[in-house]
Order: sequence, then structure tokens, then C-alpha cells
Amino acid sequence: MSSGSGSLSRYLVIRLLLVIPMMWVVLTVIFFLLRVAPGDPVSAAFGGRLDEHALDVRRAALGLNRPLIVQYFDYLGDVARFDFGHTISDNRPVLDVIREQGGATLTLTLGAFLFALLIGLPLGRLAGRYRDSGADAAIRIFGVVTYAAPIFWVGIMLVLLVVKVFPGWPTYDIASPITKFTVPPKTHILLLDAVLSGNSDALVDVLKHHVLPCVTLGLLLSGVIIRLVRINVIQAMKGDYVEAARARGIPERRVVRRHAFRNALVPVITVIGLQVALTLGGAVLTERTFNWPGLGTELIQYITARDYIALQGLVTFFALIVVIVSVLVDILNALVDPRVRY
Amino acid sequence: MNSPTVDLIDGQVTEPGAPGGPVLEVRDLRVWYGTERGPVRAVDGVSFDLAEGEILGVVGESGCGKSTLGRGLIGLLPDGSNRDGTLRFQGTDMLALKPKEQHAMRGRDLGMIFQEPLTRLNPLMRISEHFSETLKTHDKSISKAEIERRSLESLRVMGIPPTRFHAYPHEFSGGMRQRLMIALTLVLRPAFVVADEPTTALDVLVEAQIIRILHDLRANYRTALLLITHNLGIVAEACDRVAVMYAGEIVEIGDAREVFARPQHPYTRELLRSTISLSTTGLNYIDGAPPDLVEPPPGCHFHPRCPDAMKICASRHPITRVHPGGSLASCWAADAREGLLADVPVVELEPLPREEIAVADEA
Amino acid sequence: MRKFLSTIWSTKGLARWILLVGVVITVVFVAFAIFAPWIAPFDFNQTRDAAGVKFPKLQSPSGTHWLGTNDQFFDIFSRVVWGARTALEVVVISVLVAGVIGVPLGLVSGFIGGWIDRLLVFVMDALYTIPSLLLAIIFAFLLRDALGGSIMAVALALAAIYVPQYYRVVRSTTVSAREATYVEAARAIGAKPTTIMRKYLFGNVVQSVPVLGTLNAADALGTLAALGFLGLGIQPTEASEWGYDLSRALDDAQAGVWWPALWPGLAIILLITALTLVGEGLNETLNPALRRRRLLPVRFPSKATPTDPEMAEAAK
Repeated sequence: MSSGSGSLSRYLVIRLLLVIPMMWVVLTVIFFLLRVAPGDPVSAAFGGRLDEHALDVRRAALGLNRPLIVQYFDYLGDVARFDFGHTISDNRPVLDVIREQGGATLTLTLGAFLFALLIGLPLGRLAGRYRDSGADAAIRIFGVVTYAAPIFWVGIMLVLLVVKVFPGWPTYDIASPITKFTVPPKTHILLLDAVLSGNSDALVDVLKHHVLPCVTLGLLLSGVIIRLVRINVIQAMKGDYVEAARARGIPERRVVRRHAFRNALVPVITVIGLQVALTLGGAVLTERTFNWPGLGTELIQYITARDYIALQGLVTFFALIVVIVSVLVDILNALVDPRVRY
Repeated sequence: MNSPTVDLIDGQVTEPGAPGGPVLEVRDLRVWYGTERGPVRAVDGVSFDLAEGEILGVVGESGCGKSTLGRGLIGLLPDGSNRDGTLRFQGTDMLALKPKEQHAMRGRDLGMIFQEPLTRLNPLMRISEHFSETLKTHDKSISKAEIERRSLESLRVMGIPPTRFHAYPHEFSGGMRQRLMIALTLVLRPAFVVADEPTTALDVLVEAQIIRILHDLRANYRTALLLITHNLGIVAEACDRVAVMYAGEIVEIGDAREVFARPQHPYTRELLRSTISLSTTGLNYIDGAPPDLVEPPPGCHFHPRCPDAMKICASRHPITRVHPGGSLASCWAADAREGLLADVPVVELEPLPREEIAVADEA
Repeated sequence: MRKFLSTIWSTKGLARWILLVGVVITVVFVAFAIFAPWIAPFDFNQTRDAAGVKFPKLQSPSGTHWLGTNDQFFDIFSRVVWGARTALEVVVISVLVAGVIGVPLGLVSGFIGGWIDRLLVFVMDALYTIPSLLLAIIFAFLLRDALGGSIMAVALALAAIYVPQYYRVVRSTTVSAREATYVEAARAIGAKPTTIMRKYLFGNVVQSVPVLGTLNAADALGTLAALGFLGLGIQPTEASEWGYDLSRALDDAQAGVWWPALWPGLAIILLITALTLVGEGLNETLNPALRRRRLLPVRFPSKATPTDPEMAEAAK
């Protein structure tokens, strides 16, 4: 009965095992979506530029002349070994693309999440607690507008504002050229590399570059978080245990903080986890807006180059991230909520 | 009520200690809710006293104001409600207190036990955390050891082993959770506790256990208890006095055995008749439903459903009087039986015509 | 349908205002879309005036060009008005197509159950793990080969990403409706499965579709603009599209030029907000459970009948 670590670890194992069929379906959908479509990857990428014979040679080199089903199983095997294939247009391993460009996307999304939580949690809680007040109305409008405003437009407006108010503040790219040149790439996560280099000027430069993109992407997420927290706080404030706590004379501030808010956070964690897909989509747009050298920018470049394999590999990777985060969220949930564990 | 009462659970006679004045004095208490249609008169002019160690049962159909009365007494009311009248707890005028002062009295002086124990404990907090939070709220300087000692003592009285002190709420059954709630309420030894249908959500065996625990409270803690229930059997077993509520008013109140043996108000009588027991051969019920509390019927609120209704009942509110046997009731028919309505015109005492009943019922 | 409209008409309070504001703004944009040739002073791809003189590049708002011109010599006001037409076409097509595929799929899957149902649920769940923008990018990319950068290609790409949503909502409503007592009763009296589906389930399930449809329309609008912004949307020669115009405005913004970016963005925000308001308003109207009872302060009148002194005496 008691919540031992045994039941928790068993829960985790089961949860992790469920990832495999999920990922398999995702891979299958992506593969057939891209391959059953008319035209093959090579003629899509090079059609018109190379003659038929040259195309055949390339197809053979990539193994694309084999039956689709063979290619499918090959692909599954490769992904199982974290090999997402080689890009057609510049013949890079997709994994290298992820390793080199993923860091920028990682710090962008983490920064955005941090910003979104920092403003979303308190505002959502305020709106939920003082429902139908002026503050609630203002916060809700803020939530609706941040959700409705296209993220790239918000980015552009912020750029315009910053250009006017703080001329000289960086409005594009992840770092100034000098920083990129001086910081040695150890982890390929520039922010981390800047810390490791011990060069404080470089670190400040990288951090400054992060502000606008993270705020932009964070605003989009904060709208979602505000809505979520608000509705869950309202729900939780109606909870029977909240009334019972009041009946025991627990001070109202503590009732809100300890009883209502903590319980409201349980569903919020789950739904925030589901926003990873939204965040990655938003990251693609944010990167394009700020010329951010991340995976989104790479993705768009490969699409423009009509590179099926790169597209397939990157989309697979994004889906993998979503699935992994959903597992992490479930684990977090199990740690926060004792009821999940048994 | 100071006479010896037969304890039906233990089967022995217990002598309640001489009370030093009432714990609770309620005079003409009104608790209304504001709505767009006008105020809902959920509790409308209720008066009674409650002595130390006394158990008062409150019975009536759903929607007659029982729960609102219970919550109104400890000030646990939703926004958009208001109280009026006189409510004194150990001599303090509760309605004159600031909301914060009232809030601080809850738990320490005023306790509440709820209907659904399953959802009343915070699922994310251990039982121990519930206790320490409650104790610390009312005594900032309390030591850890003292918290543990008092919590375990309270749990022991409720028959919950100390090994479960650090468990989470979901690890307990419904009956155990209700005992936890009672332990949590009593750990501060409040002088007055409202128990709002504490056994409705539980099965019959657990119900008997909880009722026994509540009944024993007076011996252990000298707590005054307002026991809200729609189960008349529980009242007969556990309560000293009983108040019968209808449409926001107490229509009859008195010694539990007296009220059950000689009900003065037709509503009490019909309520008793509709109780199912082993000797029941047919089902009795009262026609119609409790009235709309925004616009209750004129005169006696029960007249549209009352089998004894007279013409006067539809126009004039009955006066609350002491009847033979000591019960208080507000009923023209009871008054007429005792010949108290000699100066009322005879025509007013004629039975209320049937059609009018139907019309009033629809309204 | 008449019942549906009368329910909406009888809405009171905040829900009615939300609905009204949303509908009014939407209607304005629909009018823009329909009457674009008369409202817009110039064509969406016009760069010279009637005399053949080229428009100035990046001119700030003026008498001839109310909202200025952009870096492609286009008149921004005309682009915004024509953009409404594009947006409306894409949104209507995509929501209709998604509904026509998703609703029956969810209905049948939820009603029949069994392995088909389980398989479909699994596949749709898997599609959820792919960020919807990426899914739209893939479909837009694939359909571009077949249909070119046309309005239809983008509309179908968007439809593809909303099918799982309709499927999910309709399926779950169907599953819960299937267990409802009235369907049970219909089955007991021997109604055929097709009759049950058509008469009992469809009517019930279809209630949730208008809300979902409007909310999806709002979302589709954002995704359409996103595709345009990434250069994967409608070809600029085909139609005026707000997202594409914003991508052109990107570099100007770095130089501090605000007018090419401001107006198309405001148009998107206004229309998305309006559609969201319509969706939320409909939701609140069609689901009375969401409506909240308003509580008003209570004032006690002085009591008509004074407390009976005898009672106060006797109560002690």
C-alpha cells in the first residue's frame, strides 16, 4: 500500500516501454507520408539539374532503388541506432546537423519556457484567484492576444521597439561574429561553450542575444500557461479539500498557495508537457524571425533545397523529442502526485 | 435536556454534566444568498441554544436549509451570502467579528465534519502534514514532538494506527478517511462542531461506527455537536435534541424522544411516517417538494403540502409556542388542538379547500 | 438549425457580448474578402498607378497609400484587404474538408469500435506527437509538387492537420453518446445501426462541431500565415497573403521601418481574436453547464414580523 520506490520504478519501466510502439507509428507515418508521395527524393532535389543517368547513380548510392519495404525496415533499424540518415543536398549526417545546430534551439526553447513560467504562473494564479476582477479581465485579454498574435509578428514588433528604445541591443543571430569566432565549440551549445570558455564578454554577448528570441517565444507559451493555470486554480479553489482547509482555520494565503495552487499544478504540468509540440513549431518561426542558427533554420533551408531525407530525419527527431518530454512529464507527475504511483 | 438520557449505543444511562451556560446562542438567524431572481432565504429566522456536550440533530428534506445553517454557524459561506440576527459563541457576538477573526476561530473553536470524506483531504499532502499544518496555524510555537503527540493521540481515539501517520489520503478507505477528518477536526478540541451528513457517503457498517464515535465525543471532549442528517434513525440513536427544518425555518425543536413520540408539527409527523423501518409495510411520502426559497409560500411555508392545513395557515405565519411535553413548534393546527385559537374567527379554522392546495403547490 | 440560432439569440450577459464582438469583426473581414475589388484602391499585385508610374518603394503612409507601400512597391492597404479574401478562402476550404473527413471518421470509429477504432486512435495519437506546424510544412511541401503554390494546396495541407482533431472530438462524443440511455433504448426497440448513427448520434455529436470549427479556423489562420512567413505558403503571384508580407517586412523592421509589418499582423490578430471569441461565445452558449450563476450582494430588509418574545424565552 505504501508508496515504495518499487512501484514508482515499475511505473517508469512500463511508461518507457510504451514509447517504442508510439515512436514506431510516428516513424511509419513520416516515412510513408514522404515516400509514397509522387517523385522520389533524388529527383526532387536534383531534378532538372542532372540527367537521368546521374540521377540513377545517386539513387543507387542512397539505396533508393530498392523496394520501398526494404528501405522502410532499413530506416527503422537506422533510427533505432540513432542514425537519421544523410542529407541529400549536402551529404551531411542528419545527426551532425542535430548535434551542431540543436544547441541553439535547445537554449532558445529552454529560455522561452523559463520566461513563460516566470510570467505565466503568477499571472494565471492571480487571475484564477480573483476571478472576474479587473486584473482577471486584463490578464485574460493578454492571454487571448498572445495566443492570437503570430509569433513572428510579435518578434518583429519587439525588434522595432528595441531598435527605437535600446539602439545597439542585438536583434538577430545567437551571438556577434567576434564571439562566435573566439568561443571554442566544445558542446556545440553556444551558451554552455561561452560559460566554459570563461570569457565573460562572450557570455554576456550570448545572453543578450538570447533575450529577444526567448521573450518572443516565451510570450506565445505564457498565453497558454496563463489560460491553463487560471482555469485549474479556479477548479482547485472549488475543491472540497480547500473548503475543508478553510474550516480548519488555515489562513487564506496558505489555503491558496498550499492547497489550491499545488493541486492546480498537477494537470498544468501534464498540459505544459503537451505544449512541447507547439514550442517546437514556434521555435521554427522564432528562428526564422531572428536568423537564429538552430534546427528550425536548418529545416527550412533543407525544405527549400527539396531535401526529403533531411526533412524526414529532422521531423523524426522533433517527434522523438515530443515523445521523450511526454515521458519526462509523466515521471514528474508521478513524483509530484502520490496517487499516480500506485 | 438535563435529565438523564438513555444512551442507545451503550445501553446505559449517562448523566450529562451541568452545563455552564450555552456554548451557542442563536436568535433569529438569517442566511440568505443573493441571486439575480432575488435573495434565496436558505435560513430564515432560526433560534436555538446549544449546551456544552449536547448533540442537536437537524433533520429535514434536501434543500430546506440544513447545510446552510451548519455553515452559517461557523461562517463558512460562499461569496454572495450574508448573515443577520444574533449568533453568540461562548458569549462572543460572531456576526460582529471581522472575517479574519472569524476565520481564525475556525479549527480552534469551531469545527466542521463534511459529507464526502473522500475529497476533503488534500491528495498531495501526507496525513502528518495535515495535522502539523492545522496545529501550527493555531499555535505558532508548538514543538514537533508536541505536534506528533497530539496528532497520534487524536488518531488513537479514532482507532487509526500510528503507523499510518505518514501515509497519503488515497491510501485510506472512505470510512477511515472520515475518521481521519474527525481526528483532524478534534485535534484542536473545538467547543462546537458541525457534522454535515457525516455518514451519507459511507456504507451502513461504517456509518454505525462513525455515529458511535460522534456520540462518544461528549464524554471525551465535551464538544457541542450539531448533527445534520436526513436519517431519523441516527437522530434517535445519537442526539439529545432534534430540530426539524422546513423551508429555512425550524418548525419544531425539542427533546429527541419527545419529538419522535409526540410530533407537534404535521411536517415532523409526515417525515417520521416516511421513514423506512423493518416494520414498514407500505411507503409513505409527502406530496410535492420543498418550496422555492426565493418566494416561499405565504403564511406557514408548509401549508401547500400539509394534510392538516386550515384557512389561517395560508395567510398568517404561525407563532412558535411551547407545547405539552416541552417541544417548541410553529403550527396553527397544533395550537388549535390545544384550544389556543379561541379568539380566531371560526371560518379561519376550516380546512383549506383542495383546489387551493393544488394551486399553491404549483406556485 | 432554427433551434440553434434561437439558442444563440437568447444568450445573455458576457457570452452574448463576446459572441457579438466576434461576429461583428468577422463580418467586417468577410466584407473585405467579398468586396475586395471595390474596397481596395489597387490590385493585390499592382505596382504602378493608372498612368503607369511605379509606386514608391517603402513609402510611409500617405494620401495615396493610406498604409504606405512595402519593399515590393505594393500598396499595403490593398494587400491587407485582398489578404482577407485569401485567408477566408483557405480557412473555409480547410475547415470544410477537415470536417467532411474527420467527422464521419470519428463517428464510425467511435460507433463500431473494435480493432479499426483502436488502430485509428493510435495513428491519430502518433500524429499528435508531430508538431502541427511541421505536419503542415510536410503536407504543404508534398502538395506543392502536385498543385503548385496555390490556395488549394495550402488549404488541403491545413485540412490534413485538423482531421485528427475532428476525429478525436467526434469519436469521444460518440463513444459517450453510444452508452447514453436513449441510444440504448433505440437499440432495444430494434433500430438499425445506420439509423442510430444518423438519427441519434449525429445530431448529438454535431453540436460540438461549430465550436471546434471556429477554433480551428482561428488556428488555421495562424498556420496559414506561418507557412507564408516561412515561404512555404501561397506563391506571392497567386494571391495576397499576410504571412508572406510579414516575411518581406522582416528586414525592414531591423532597419526600424514599421509600416509594412504592423498592418498585416494586426489583421491576423484581429481576425484570429474574433474567431476565438465566436468559438468561446458559442461554447458558452451551447454548453449551459459552463455558464456561471452570478451571485449578488444580499441586503436584509427590516423584518416584518418581530421575533416572538415567547420563543426567545422558551429557547433557553
